[in-house]
Amino acid sequence: MLDYIKSYLTSNLTPGSAGNMFWAFVYIVVIFLGLSVAVIAMNWLERKILAHMQVRLGPMRVGPHGLLQPIADAIKLLLKEDIMPAEADGFVFWMAPIFVVLAAFTVFIVVPFGPTHAVTDMNIGVLFMLGVSSLSALGIVMAGWASNSHYPLIGALRSSAQMVSYEIAMGMAVISAVMMTSLNQQGTGTLSMIGIVQAQQAQGIWFIFKFFPLGLIAFFIFAVAMVAETNRAPFDLPEAESELTAGFHTEYSGFRWSLFFLAEYSAMIAVSSIAVTLWLGGWLRPFPNLLTGAKWDLFFFLFPGITFLFLAGMCFYSTVRMPKHPLFRIQTIGLAGFGVVLGLIGLILFIPAVRERVQDIYWFSMKVAAFMYLYIWYRGTFPRYRFDQLMKVGWKILLPMGLGVLILTAGVGLWPLIQQTIWNR
Amino acid sequence: MTEPTSSLSHLDVEEREKPFLDANELVINMGPQHPATHGVLRVILRLDGEKVLGLECVIGYLHRGVEKIAENRTYAMFNPYVDRMDYVAAVSNGLGYCEAVEKLLGVEAPPRAQHVRVILTELNRLTSHQLWLGTHALDIGAITPLFYTFRDREEILKIFEKYCGARLTTHAFRIGGLQYETYDGFEKDVKNFLTFVAPKIDEYEELLTTNRIWVERTKGVGILSGQDCIALGVTGPVLRASGVKWDLRKAQPYANYKNFDFEIPVGQNGDTYDRYLVRMAEMRQSLRIIQQAVDALPEGPIMAKVPKVMKPPVGEVYHSIEAPKGELGYFIVSDGSTQPYRLRVRPPSFVNLQALDKMCRGQLVADVIAVIGTLDIVLGEVDR
Repeated sequence: MLDYIKSYLTSNLTPGSAGNMFWAFVYIVVIFLGLSVAVIAMNWLERKILAHMQVRLGPMRVGPHGLLQPIADAIKLLLKEDIMPAEADGFVFWMAPIFVVLAAFTVFIVVPFGPTHAVTDMNIGVLFMLGVSSLSALGIVMAGWASNSHYPLIGALRSSAQMVSYEIAMGMAVISAVMMTSLNQQGTGTLSMIGIVQAQQAQGIWFIFKFFPLGLIAFFIFAVAMVAETNRAPFDLPEAESELTAGFHTEYSGFRWSLFFLAEYSAMIAVSSIAVTLWLGGWLRPFPNLLTGAKWDLFFFLFPGITFLFLAGMCFYSTVRMPKHPLFRIQTIGLAGFGVVLGLIGLILFIPAVRERVQDIYWFSMKVAAFMYLYIWYRGTFPRYRFDQLMKVGWKILLPMGLGVLILTAGVGLWPLIQQTIWNR
Repeated sequence: MTEPTSSLSHLDVEEREKPFLDANELVINMGPQHPATHGVLRVILRLDGEKVLGLECVIGYLHRGVEKIAENRTYAMFNPYVDRMDYVAAVSNGLGYCEAVEKLLGVEAPPRAQHVRVILTELNRLTSHQLWLGTHALDIGAITPLFYTFRDREEILKIFEKYCGARLTTHAFRIGGLQYETYDGFEKDVKNFLTFVAPKIDEYEELLTTNRIWVERTKGVGILSGQDCIALGVTGPVLRASGVKWDLRKAQPYANYKNFDFEIPVGQNGDTYDRYLVRMAEMRQSLRIIQQAVDALPEGPIMAKVPKVMKPPVGEVYHSIEAPKGELGYFIVSDGSTQPYRLRVRPPSFVNLQALDKMCRGQLVADVIAVIGTLDIVLGEVDR
């Protein structure tokens, strides 16, 4: 048994590909926990960032600067009465949130946090991610139908129509990125998430800059479609608060509702990680081929530690600025303690053995975090699209653009070959 | 799928558009508890998918019988009640009522009182429009303008609070003038506020006016032609956005509006976007009026000679003012006693709300929300 566990450590494959079930299971648990923490952090960050955009403070009461607010919310949701409408279709009503959460979490088994930091490396990774993440549309339709109520039904219909329309444009953009992977000596492309990042490393360019501006346009299409896919502002029609109260989850409360919430945020992280993998070089640090050498390596290795030390510094700064009143004593101590923990993590990240292992995960997470910030920024800025305008954007603008980019990418990619066959005959 | 309720039977059957693909009609009930109906308005929507085939408003959830109460109160005692009708623009309500009773009594408020009345009423118009903008944008999905407008509205409410002690239901005016002299530094506060708020209005516009999604959501939505407006009795910014240049401050000058120089912003298309632009322009015009009124604030008494026990002569009077939402009229019948024989309020929100069905037919559900927002109704005034 111990040998079985140890045997993987020398391998340079993902545990799934190496066939080591023990480590695959460990990875799954770590990713699940990490994702839950990310959703909790995202909840707090969204409320805080949105609040500061809107000239207010956001949560301030539970814990210093509201840091414990998401935990308090989670406890509240778990303790709430579990209500099911009398007319609801019980089994489907019960299944829907589970379905949505399952779809949202399953995609993470192919997300590459590093060359070996994924549960498994599927040769159809991108397809798997798109396929499984769109299963959540089914869950939403189930929720809307099972609630047996008008608002959820309209919300669910809107949602399924929206997801189906935007998936096509999304697919076009994805195909153009996948085609770019095949521009090598062998001419073999790949759908594997890890393979796509390795192709960007081999070609020495992030695909967002490839065939400028084709890569950029494809990325733009994906970036718009992924917001629509996850039902976030300005495409948040399925849960349009002002029109449909809460859309498909109007009849849900307590723990079931929190499952929808969890699924929404992990879906956001999932699509962002597809975008990062396909266009922004996945786990690669900035300029991996340009700024080489031991000095540059060290420079970029220091980033994770510096980030945590910066956060710790922010905590200490806020601690100093806390009111001196005895009522705030516990909060002040808590904030200082949080700063100490962050600082210690930062210091640990400077240890050479650790920083080399962590750096891939760090760069991947940073890129995903940038997308998360964009999501919040959109929500603070844009009004909501109307349903017909949403469809117009999807079918009349994004889809033709996606098709055009696809054809042009193919043409530009094949151009050397065409030249060869025509002129060198 | 529910059968259409009998309450919709008055809609002409021929007029209904044929449902798409023989789909069943969906009747949904918006309100009275609904985040976007601005209070307790209940709208019964008949939908074909997302398309609105017709709608009916059910009102009365906030009915307090204000008009009946008036018959059992003396003229002065009834004054605070009018603040509770359009609680967003309480000062305007008070102005209309006080002027109507003054007309009945045959007295006129002294010039200083008139000036202060204009300043407070225009400040109140600003708060009303700011609240409208915030909630309207929130309905359309832009959540940030709400907080911007509330931040600036707070400054006006602070002035009200310093002046008369109340922020919302101010009861600022008395029949014949004012109860209170302005506090020390009133003029400075108002002037400071004017310099503070002018760039803020640009800030709201920056967020919305050229925002593509905002323009798409509001342009061509809920169109109401000038003729329709007149036929339905719609007044206020909704009427002006349809191209009818009708503002009671100019058409039938009351208070001392004729002394001030301001323009009446007018729209062309009568759609939601034009109504938005008209109201934004009105906010700037209000600033102009306040500036002029503060600069030329005369000294003198603030109260005309009014008997302690008011017994207006037998007769009737109708007086209307341009409230932020439209024409606010008071019709008072006096039988010579201390209490009105009958008092009738012509509330702008109630009349404007009648246009909802006409504006929403053939539009989508999301537009109904936008149109309710753009009509700028206050249910306290609709139901009274």
